[in-house]
Amino acid sequence: MAKLPKPEELSKIDYTPPKTSWMDTPVVFKEGMFCHGSKPKSLDIVGFPNPRDWRPADADWKLPENWKEILLEGIAERLEKYRSFRLFMDICVRCGACADKCHFFIGTGDPKNMPVLRAELIRSVYRKEFTLAGKIFGKMAGARELTLDVLKEWWYYFFQCTECRRCSVFCPYGIDQAEITIIGRELLNLLGLNIEWIAGPVSNCYMKGNHLGLEPHTIVGNLEYMLDDIETVTGKRIKPTFNRKGAEILFVTPSGDLFADPGTYTCMGYLMLFEELGLDYTWSTYASEGGNFGFFTSNEMGKRLNSKIYAEAKRLGVKWILGGECGHMWRVLSQYMDTWNGPADFLEVPKSPITGTVFENAKSMKMVHVAEFTADLIKNNKLKLDPKRNDHLNVTWHDSCNVARGMGMLEEPRYVLKNVVNNFVEMPEDTIREKTFCCGSGTGLNASEDMDLRMKGGFPRANAVKFVHEHYGVNMLANVCAIDRATLKPLMDYWVPGVNVCGLHELVANALVMTGEKERTTDLRGEPLPGIEQKEEKA
Amino acid sequence: MKAIISFIAVLILAAIAYVGVDVLNMQYIFGVVIPYLAVAIFVIFMIVRILKWGSSPNPFRIPTTCGQQKSLPWIKYSKLENPSGVLGVLGRMALEVLFFRSLFRNLKTQLRDDSQLTYGEAKWLWAAGLAFHWSFLIILVRHLRFFTQQVPAAVQLVEMLDSFLQIGVPLLYMTDAVLLGAITYLFLRRIAIPQMRYLSLMNDYFPLFLIFGIALSGVLMRYFLKTDIVSVKMLTMSLVGFSPSIPQNPISVIFYIHLFLICTLFAYFPFSKLVHMAGVFMSPTRVLANTSRVKRHINPWNYPVHVHTYAEYEDDFRDKMKNAGLPVEKE
Ligand code: SF4
Ligand code: SF4
Repeated sequence: MAKLPKPEELSKIDYTPPKTSWMDTPVVFKEGMFCHGSKPKSLDIVGFPNPRDWRPADADWKLPENWKEILLEGIAERLEKYRSFRLFMDICVRCGACADKCHFFIGTGDPKNMPVLRAELIRSVYRKEFTLAGKIFGKMAGARELTLDVLKEWWYYFFQCTECRRCSVFCPYGIDQAEITIIGRELLNLLGLNIEWIAGPVSNCYMKGNHLGLEPHTIVGNLEYMLDDIETVTGKRIKPTFNRKGAEILFVTPSGDLFADPGTYTCMGYLMLFEELGLDYTWSTYASEGGNFGFFTSNEMGKRLNSKIYAEAKRLGVKWILGGECGHMWRVLSQYMDTWNGPADFLEVPKSPITGTVFENAKSMKMVHVAEFTADLIKNNKLKLDPKRNDHLNVTWHDSCNVARGMGMLEEPRYVLKNVVNNFVEMPEDTIREKTFCCGSGTGLNASEDMDLRMKGGFPRANAVKFVHEHYGVNMLANVCAIDRATLKPLMDYWVPGVNVCGLHELVANALVMTGEKERTTDLRGEPLPGIEQKEEKA
Repeated sequence: MKAIISFIAVLILAAIAYVGVDVLNMQYIFGVVIPYLAVAIFVIFMIVRILKWGSSPNPFRIPTTCGQQKSLPWIKYSKLENPSGVLGVLGRMALEVLFFRSLFRNLKTQLRDDSQLTYGEAKWLWAAGLAFHWSFLIILVRHLRFFTQQVPAAVQLVEMLDSFLQIGVPLLYMTDAVLLGAITYLFLRRIAIPQMRYLSLMNDYFPLFLIFGIALSGVLMRYFLKTDIVSVKMLTMSLVGFSPSIPQNPISVIFYIHLFLICTLFAYFPFSKLVHMAGVFMSPTRVLANTSRVKRHINPWNYPVHVHTYAEYEDDFRDKMKNAGLPVEKE
């Protein structure tokens, strides 16, 4: 961390490509640009191959003898399993429309971070091994041998892609580098080449139910702290239930919300909202993770971790599932869960017990995003809101990649936001909605040893925030994603000091007028509410 | 370098046709055998390619959503950018295929000296791409006059519209000029922009030069080096009728060069990036509707996996759970 260059230096980006062609430019592992290698213990727990101590910067990766064979078989298998992969290997015309759309390219200037070249890293090997033209013409047809250098290049650059899908929006054929990275990482995992920041949470989640490895009593304890804080702010003591059979709704949120601020403020927001509604719901300590780092490892691991949600809903006998604020969690839930672990025919089509609204859009997978749920509440006038309590905040909205481009939830959170705050400004239009920029730390890259990478990757996002900060005095960056809440804060501190980060339901809870609450003098963070100081002075 | 080699490759191809016909008098080979062969390769290997794509399933429903989802009834959703059914997908694909919707989004990202990123309009790639593909298609349609006894009215209409400027004798087809212009732009862009030059392969330059060569030889033939059109049509009709014969009146060599380059394109097509022509219709991020929450999507190779069950979890933590006041299944 100490070595992280100053923002003025980091924002001087050299976009000149190297003199040598990309195939002849071996990868250089730069300090701060990659994460620690997976520990043997983390791989062991979930039964992943080749658990051993290894370091990415070392020359020897301690690979199995037949590593090349394993990879080539792995590619062949995936070409048969995924039309996306097979097609994307064939149809790219290298038009370059995706090139300057990737935040990692914009932030580093490294041409191998152009989505098209990231794909070529693996496409070149595909040509060599799986196409006639590549076999005959070799390098002339853009084909190359799979060597250890190539493997290292894959590793370096597949862990410099956050699977954000921004490139896919701009590609005339919808080529999705996220899909190629997903498959690339799956291949790397065949050789035990994960990063610890993913492998650790995966093994935690497998054994303990959540990425952070919070054991059941810790979850209860952490929530207790929040309940104390809620009592301080509102004078009300809330008593949520855990693992309760017969509840109507199971609530699942990313464990980041239970652990550190500002996620905990969002979590307090859920607790207060559900209390005010008198919702018949339960938390689960077993299915205590909405997010899914397994998805950043392999399809199979994603499915293994995800299985707990439906299994727990079944065991507890709930009617449907409500999901907390998260980004990649919602891509996994909306595009994968039902296919992996469905059919959830033991559940009912979600119906809001407060408004009676039936969520037809979740008819099969039976899970509703809390922003959809709250938008419906507000539309039906079920909440008493006092947005003035958020008047000290000048808020802008960050669309999280996955809910934007893997689901399309754009308006629901905005509707909620506009009803709970008075000051809301959008960032420039080419940096929001389907064109939103990643926080730069998604897909498990939110470690501390790769801060250079994170600050560079987050540069375009921060740059847009800086614009509204300087022009409109924005001081709060709101979002619906647990990883965003954890990673945008250091990003703001680095690039745009003076801007804070919060979840949507923190703002909801600030504005929410609860029955029987005492007169509030602070927001959830314990900061005095606007107008309070003056009042006190007068008194 | 890659561009130069590609250029030379196309020159060599043209030379082969020239020598073959003009020196070695192999009209039959170049006028009959190679065209049949090229078309056969094109048809067979395109089918193989498409079947291969089709044989891999779409295990997951992974549309890239580029607009508001269909959720609550009072929220206006984006039917074309985030389709919720077949009609929406058809609309999305029509926009994509006919008007290059996604390419239309293109932006130019630039870092200003004051460290502000800007996203400027960048429609030239879209415009050139569209001009190139549409003029190519129109030229193809115009060529149908060589493959039909009675030239269909539709083809005549296209010809008329294409030449409505009424310039020159024979009348200038606008698409000829547009095609050459668009290719030139696409080529210059590749070598002028450092990133483009860096990522381009021979696979990108070769088809550009090849198509340029085809268009140029066609233009030369039509406007400058007179060719016996009647004989050309006799040849093409004999090919279509599967009773191939080389006409009595000799056809000038420029025709054979034109034809040979086209044959090369046909034979090269299924093994190159040009397969995007068919692939675009199958791209899962565009052709799948965003319905994964409404209707269960089946993965044909879905298989059971190891999970850590609740029972195992409770075994691991029973005492801690009891101490924290949590309900347990087994005491
Ligand atoms: S936009 Fe699509 S076709 Fe163009 S270079 Fe990128 S991935 Fe290839
Ligand atoms: S998915 Fe995102 S991070 Fe990955 S290459 Fe595309 S734009 Fe870059």
